[in-house]
Amino acid sequence: MGLLDAGITKHNVLVTSVDNVLNWARLSSLWPMGFGLACCAIEMMATNASNYDLERFGIFPRSSPRQSDLMIVAGTVTMKMAERVVRLYEQMPEPRYVLSMGSCSNCGGPYWEHGYHVLKGVDRIIPVDVYVPGCPPRPESLIGGLMKIQELIRMEQIGVSRADALKKLAEKSVDPQFVIELERKAAGA
Amino acid sequence: MEEGKVLSQSVQQSAAAYAIIHDKFGEAVSAFDANETMPFFEVLNTSIWTEIALFMRDNPKLQFNYMACLSGVDYQAEEKVGIVCNFESLGIFNHKLAVKVKCARNGGSIPSVACVWHTANWHEREAYDMFGMSFTGHPDFKRILCPDDWEGYPLLKDYKVQETYHGIKVPY
Repeated sequence: MGLLDAGITKHNVLVTSVDNVLNWARLSSLWPMGFGLACCAIEMMATNASNYDLERFGIFPRSSPRQSDLMIVAGTVTMKMAERVVRLYEQMPEPRYVLSMGSCSNCGGPYWEHGYHVLKGVDRIIPVDVYVPGCPPRPESLIGGLMKIQELIRMEQIGVSRADALKKLAEKSVDPQFVIELERKAAGA
Repeated sequence: MEEGKVLSQSVQQSAAAYAIIHDKFGEAVSAFDANETMPFFEVLNTSIWTEIALFMRDNPKLQFNYMACLSGVDYQAEEKVGIVCNFESLGIFNHKLAVKVKCARNGGSIPSVACVWHTANWHEREAYDMFGMSFTGHPDFKRILCPDDWEGYPLLKDYKVQETYHGIKVPY
């Protein structure tokens, strides 16, 4: 349950843990770095625009890595670009998150065999927290990935490492098949 | 050229343009290939390619003022690499012609025509980047797409990608 859902009564006094407040603040203002590398960037821009409106999650792109919490690697990472991506990642202040968007940055995508110039997965150079599959992923998928990042932030505590938070997140995972069946039944298929 | 075959008007125009070049340079150019898609001739004496190019651009009856494309080709069986250039005469004549120039596959060089058509500047750099032939007399000769310290020439038919680049694994 979110903090605002709790209903603030008793002279606006609210008791919660520091972790809770910090995580709520951080996940409600995830600022990604505004850069795109290929066609995935078009979907990312569409997600930022009015129809999908990422600002309702407090997500809006920043023009500097130094002001960013999140790097959305949207598109094909070429060998030439790879070193620049590392440089940008190093310029981001911690805690920082990386979302790999689309097949190319996940694993090389269609360039996996003959694309001599393409890095076969951005996780070869920087640690990736969430992978979003698709070529390119629809805005809904990207939003799904971003909400996964928010869940990851929710798992974090002072003194708990990122690896442990990721482990906790994995334990909480839900088999999507159940949800798919539910949606299908609701649609009358 | 097959005898008795009727050539289309566009190929006839190309043939006429070729005849002027052949009259001037004789044995330095090959016979005319009168195919419908891309009528061409080959430069047999590679070293005078720049002179032929200047002649094609400046001769009042040719005036090939437009280089539409310059592509690299790997002739692995012949142990050669080469370029194919497509020329047109925009706004003056209706003729077009392609020219092929070849050189040795390992360490071969072709004279640059970047001083004749500026289009050739980047296109020759691309051909070098992908096939490894050098262009003598080019004003800014270096790779154009791959990083400067990339190993090998990716469009050669026997190309094998390097294992690592700056410590990053390259193959899948």
